[in-house]
Amino acid sequence: MPVRQLPAGLNGPQPLAEALHDAQYIASDDLATATFLALSLQKPLLLEGAPGVGKTEAAKALASIMGRELVRLQCYEGIDASAAMYEWNFPRQMLAIRQAGDDYVNLYGDEFLIARPILQALEQPRDRVLLIDEIDRADHEFEAFLLEFLSDFTLSIPERGTLRAPEPPIVILTSNRTRELHEALRRRCVYHWISYPDPALEANIVMMRASTVAQDTAHKVVAAVGQLREQPLAKPPGVAETVEWAEAATLLHEQGATWPRAFARAIGVVLKDQDDLEFMAPQVDALLERVAS
Amino acid sequence: MSVSLLPKAATPFLQFSMALRQAGFLAAPEQSEMFLASVGLLGPTSVLDIRRAAHAVFGPAPERREDFDVVFDSIFLGRSFAAPAEGEPEDVPNAYDGGEFELLPDPDEEEPSGTDATQAERLNQRDLEAEDEDATLRLFAKNAPRALPRRTSRRTRGGKGRLADARRAFHEMLRRDGEIAQLPTRTRRQRQRRVLMLIDVSGSMKAGTDSRLRFAHALVQAGERVEVFTLGTRLTRVTRALKHRNRDQAMTLASGLVADWDGGTRLGEALAVFLSVPRFASFARSALTLIVSDGLERGGPEALVAAMDKLRGLSWSTLWLSPLAADPAFRPDTEAMRLILPIIDEIGDGSSAHTLAHEVISYAKGAR
Repeated sequence: MPVRQLPAGLNGPQPLAEALHDAQYIASDDLATATFLALSLQKPLLLEGAPGVGKTEAAKALASIMGRELVRLQCYEGIDASAAMYEWNFPRQMLAIRQAGDDYVNLYGDEFLIARPILQALEQPRDRVLLIDEIDRADHEFEAFLLEFLSDFTLSIPERGTLRAPEPPIVILTSNRTRELHEALRRRCVYHWISYPDPALEANIVMMRASTVAQDTAHKVVAAVGQLREQPLAKPPGVAETVEWAEAATLLHEQGATWPRAFARAIGVVLKDQDDLEFMAPQVDALLERVAS
Repeated sequence: MSVSLLPKAATPFLQFSMALRQAGFLAAPEQSEMFLASVGLLGPTSVLDIRRAAHAVFGPAPERREDFDVVFDSIFLGRSFAAPAEGEPEDVPNAYDGGEFELLPDPDEEEPSGTDATQAERLNQRDLEAEDEDATLRLFAKNAPRALPRRTSRRTRGGKGRLADARRAFHEMLRRDGEIAQLPTRTRRQRQRRVLMLIDVSGSMKAGTDSRLRFAHALVQAGERVEVFTLGTRLTRVTRALKHRNRDQAMTLASGLVADWDGGTRLGEALAVFLSVPRFASFARSALTLIVSDGLERGGPEALVAAMDKLRGLSWSTLWLSPLAADPAFRPDTEAMRLILPIIDEIGDGSSAHTLAHEVISYAKGAR
């Protein structure tokens, strides 16, 4: 099995985790191991997890420590090859025919080819990281389509022949698991399930992401969010919401609100569903008091 | 590659793949290869490294992680494990449908009341007997693919439409030396809407449950994206069982999955559980939702009405099919039904496969 030689500072799960930390992303050991294996074995990395646990952030941080540009392909139902791979610029080609008159014109030249994310990553795999975001939103047909690209990193354009990447590009797929992905796709990837971080880790993330927040506040917010996640909510708060809540409460506190009130007033940044807000409203004060003590 | 050609140290890794397959996980040869390479790369300092590599390469679904670890321990730590016992459904609190069992934990409290709803929660298997409604179901299977509601897709196809087709225009120009006689157009494709069927299997619905499940089977076979759940004291996803083409086989599988035949009714709670799992709730998104229930709810109707309200918000259309509606004198006059009536789109007769097929086809035709 071919192995990619990683730069010295990133060779191994531990150095990788440290580099990610410097890029403002705290990776668990499991994630660091999975990432290291995906990079070394030249396989796509499939990250699954509830919304808001930092899957996309992981991809951004990885691109930044590798010093590469992140090319993002947002999936949606009905996404097809022309949005994901490449497209011919037909209007320009038609204009070129009109203008050419009797002259020869190459209608399939580079100037007529619009590279979409997958072709972009394929053309310059050394400078780019491809993020295929929320693959579970795309339909099965697109997944099958992707399979071909992910297994041998080639792309065939009928007018141009088969393009092969000079080296396998770094590919990260994320899924919110609203549906089961096809086994053939999972099998080709290195997999990691990102769960909600444990309280200590989440407090660290809050401190790192929101520099204004005091340590004590961070711990309280994390504890409160932990309790919220245990409730049957339609939209349980993700890590980003935790950070925002801590920031918002700190801001309100600076403007004179007392502590439990500051949290309660900023609840709108953590619960973003009317039903959830109504459901939690009678319990919020009790919850905050429990956390404060 | 044969086992004997590999160094002795590699044996446990291959044994591991085999043990995984026995335990019902998928372990492809390329994954075994990846696993070996990964362990080599990590230069493992402890079993933890090997375990992490195993998780990354074989990617067990989060709810099956424990089973996976049991297999791992047995091979790499020499811990023996009992054959994966198919325990009581209560032991398998699966919110996701990763494994064979697709049951959700039973909420503790039990509210007594409701006319026909059975008090005790009896878990009894039941043979699903065949009846002669084959003709209706065959007709349904024939008509359904065309009759089921459709929605426009983002994808397009050639044909008369309003979208200019640049690709064909360009090829036309190539063929005609730069001239174009007529502007080719495209039109949006259509896709069948999802259909979500929620079947109440509680005691008060006992008569006709088999027949309704046979309809569900016909629906799953005929439709493109159909999901079927049974609701009783628990929520059970039976779609996968019903995907079997052979009906008898599908029925046997489904009756094995559902553990709460003829139990009590907690429709509101079961629906709330359904909605609280994002993966399940997304099945309802812009779907045609069929609820087959008599709406006889234990306790107050608040939970049921709130859940129906949410379900309506997600669905494209909701159709309530009650076996009580078979009686011409039927009036939805229980408190729950009176509150639900303004929320749903239509109420129909859900007493048997025959009436279900009729209601679904006629509703789908009218709604387009």
